Amino acid sequence: MKNFLDRFVPEGFKPFEGSGAYKNKKRKLIKEKATSQGFKTLKSVADMFDKLGISDGMTLSFHHHLRNGDFVLNMVAEEIKRRNLKNIKLAPSSIFPNNKILVELIEKGNVTDIYTDYVNGPVAEAISRGKLKGMCVMHTHGGRPMAIESGDLHIDVAILAVPAVDKCGNGSGVEGSGACGSLGYAESDLKYADKVVFVTDTLIDKAENAQLDGKYVDYVLKVDAIGDPNGIVSGTTKITKDPVGLKIARNTVKLLEEIGLIKDGLSMQTGAGGTSLAVAHYVRSRMIEKGIKGSFASGGITGYFTDMLDEGLLNELYDVQCFDLKAVQSISRNKNHHAISGSRYANAFDDNIVDKLDFVILGATEIDLNFNVNVTTDSHGMLMGGSGGHSDTAHGAKVTVITTNLVKSRLPIIKEKVTTVTTPGEDVDVVVTERGIAINPRRTDLLEKVKNSRLPIVTIEELLETAHSITGLPDKLVLSDKPVGVVVYRDGTVIDTIYKVK
Amino acid sequence: MRRSLLFIPGNNPAMLQNSDVFDSDAVIYDLEDAVSVTEKDAARILVSQYLQSRKGEPPMETIVRINAPDTKYFADDIEHIVSDKIDTIMLPKATVESLTLLNKVLTEAEKKKGMKKRINVVPIVELCVSVLQIDDIVKCPRVNGVLLGAEDLSSDLEVVRTKQGNEILYPRMRLAYACAAYKIDAIDTPFTDTNDNEGLKSDCLFAGNLGMNAKAAIHPNQVPVINEVFVPAQKSIEWALRVEEAARQASQKGLGVFSLDGKMVDKPVIQRAENIIKKARKYNLI
Repeated sequence: MKNFLDRFVPEGFKPFEGSGAYKNKKRKLIKEKATSQGFKTLKSVADMFDKLGISDGMTLSFHHHLRNGDFVLNMVAEEIKRRNLKNIKLAPSSIFPNNKILVELIEKGNVTDIYTDYVNGPVAEAISRGKLKGMCVMHTHGGRPMAIESGDLHIDVAILAVPAVDKCGNGSGVEGSGACGSLGYAESDLKYADKVVFVTDTLIDKAENAQLDGKYVDYVLKVDAIGDPNGIVSGTTKITKDPVGLKIARNTVKLLEEIGLIKDGLSMQTGAGGTSLAVAHYVRSRMIEKGIKGSFASGGITGYFTDMLDEGLLNELYDVQCFDLKAVQSISRNKNHHAISGSRYANAFDDNIVDKLDFVILGATEIDLNFNVNVTTDSHGMLMGGSGGHSDTAHGAKVTVITTNLVKSRLPIIKEKVTTVTTPGEDVDVVVTERGIAINPRRTDLLEKVKNSRLPIVTIEELLETAHSITGLPDKLVLSDKPVGVVVYRDGTVIDTIYKVK
Repeated sequence: MRRSLLFIPGNNPAMLQNSDVFDSDAVIYDLEDAVSVTEKDAARILVSQYLQSRKGEPPMETIVRINAPDTKYFADDIEHIVSDKIDTIMLPKATVESLTLLNKVLTEAEKKKGMKKRINVVPIVELCVSVLQIDDIVKCPRVNGVLLGAEDLSSDLEVVRTKQGNEILYPRMRLAYACAAYKIDAIDTPFTDTNDNEGLKSDCLFAGNLGMNAKAAIHPNQVPVINEVFVPAQKSIEWALRVEEAARQASQKGLGVFSLDGKMVDKPVIQRAENIIKKARKYNLI
C-alpha cells in the first residue's frame, strides 16, 4: 500500500493521509491504570522480574531523560539476557549509544520489536542491518503519548528511572544524585502502563517538586545509581563557532525579522544543536536591541534558554526534557520553568504547546524538492536518529525553518527525493543554507513578505543545482526491499518505511 | 572599493570550498604565511585547481597572496596562479623595487597566457622601509589598495604588538593619507584575537576614524563586524540623500552653494555625500 506521499506502507499499518488529517479524528483514551494501594519495594532487578512476572513477549517501556548516561535500561537488558527471555518488545522513548547491550539481545531474539522516538548508535545500526526480527516503530515525541493513551502501544510494565522517590512514591527529577530535570516523557507510561516500577538511587521523605504522581506506582526499586548525570548532556549544547553555521544562523534571524516574527510576545523552539543555539543567540540580541520580551520557549531546554528566562527576555519555559545540567538546576528553582509531559508538549490531541509556537528552528539530514525532511536515516539509509519532536513542532509552529549546511561531508543535503520522510514538506516552510534561503511555494504569504528584502532568496531547485555544482551528482542509493521499521507520523499513520541497508 | 578581505589558508580544502559564502568583499587565498614550507607546493596546486574548477563568477574579488620575490616559491606561484580566474595578487613585504619586478613579471605572464584581464596588485606594507616608501608604493602600476601588515612591521621595528595599537598609529596614518590621495583602498591590518569581536569592532572604528576604509580578516566570523563598520551609518546615508536632493534643487536654481539645516553646503560636502551614496548603493544599503 502507498500513502499520501507515495511511500510504501507495510501491511498492518495505517497510511499517512496528510499532516492535518488527524483533525477529523477524535482523541481515543483508554482508562488510566488503577491507582495502587501504596507501593511495594523490590530488592533487585531479578526480584522485579519475579514479582511482576516479566516473561516472554511482554512490552517494557522506559524513558530517556538520562540520555547517554542511563543505567536502567541496561540493567533490565542484562536481566532479560540472563533469563534468556524471548520476543520481548521494548518501548524506550529513545535509545542511545550506551544501550549497545541491546544489540546482543536483538541478535539472539530476546528483543524482537522496538517502539521508540529516536535511536542512535550501535542499536540503530543493528536494526538497519536487519537483525531485529520484528519491526522498529519510530514514533514522534507527541505521537508516543498518543499511542500509549489510545492503547495502540500497550505497555505491560513501565520501568522508569526516577532521580528521587519520596515516601508516598512521588517521583522527582530535580533531586538526587541522578537529577535530570523534567521527566516529561515518562508521564504517559506512568498513567497507562499495566504496572509501574520506579527505579531510583535516592529515597527522600518528601519530594518538593514531584512531577510523577505516586498514586500510579506499584513498585520501587532502589539501586546504587540510575545513571551518570554527565551523560544527560545532549551532544551539542553550545553555540557553534563554525562560521558557516553562524552565517546560517544570522540569515535565519534576518529572515525571522523580515517576516515579522521578532516581535513582542514571540514564542520559539530551537533545539540544542550548535546552529540552533546560534539562532537563539541572535534572536536574543535582536530582542535586547528592540526592547521586546518573548512569551515562551519550549522543548528540550538548555542553559541558554534558562539564561533568557533569568534575564527576563522570556516569560516562561515549557520543558519536556533538560538538555544540560544548567537547565536541571533552573527547573528546580525558577517557578516559570515548567516541567511538562510529552503529551502536553506535542500530542496532537492534547492542548499542546507546539501548536502555540510562532517559529521552530529544526535540522535535517536530507531535504527534498517537496520540502520533505529526513532526520531518521542518513544518506546511506542507515538509521541514525528519528523525529523526536521534529514533525510535531513542524506541524504546530506557525513558521518552520530548517537550518542546514547545503553540503555536509561532501554530500548534498538537498535531494530530489529524501531517503526517508520524517516530516512532510507541507509542514516545512523555509530552508536556510549558507548559499541561499528557499521558501516553500505553498507559503505565498512568506514569499510576499520577503519579496523586497535583500535576503538571498532562491528556489529549492536552485539550491539543489548549487549543491550538485559543488559535489557532483551523487550515486543513487540502493536499499534492499526488506522493511526493518516504519516512521509513524504523530497521528499514528505511517509516513515512510525504513529498509534494511545492503 | 572594499570593506572586508578574508584570508583563507591555501592548504585547507574545506575552507576553500566555503570561502565564497562569508560575504567578504574579497577572499585572499594565502600561499604565504598560512602555509608551512613543507606544504607550499601542495597549497599552490590546491588553490590553482580550486580556482580553475570554480564555476561562474564568484560573489567577491579573488586575491592570491603569493610568496615574496626573494623566495624560491615566487616564480612557481606566478606560473600557476596567474590566470583570468584571479583579480588581484597580494604581495608580501612589498617595496617599490619588488612591486616594479612584480609588474614586469605579471605583464609577461598575462601576455604569455593570452589573458583578457589585467591583474591588480595589493602590496602589504610590513617593513619599516615600506612605510617610508608609501608615497611611491601607492603610485606603482596595478596597485589599487595597500594592506598594512602590523605583525611583521612591529617585528621589523622591534616593538611589542599590542591590542591597543599605539605602535602602528604612524604607519596607519601614513598609509591612510597616501591611499586617500590616490583614491585607492587603505586596508587595515587584521585583528588577531578571533574570539574578541567587541575588540575587533573598536579596532575597526579607530582605524576608520584614521582614514582606513577596509580591513583584512583572519577568520570568517570577523567579516560581519568589519562589513558593519566600514559602511556608512544609516544616519549618514539619510544625510547624504538629503544633501543630494537639496543639491539637485539648488542646481535647478543655478546655485552652487546652498544651506541645509542651517549649514552651508558646497562642492566638497556634496562630493562627500555622493561618496557615501555610492558606497551605500554598492553594499545594498539603499
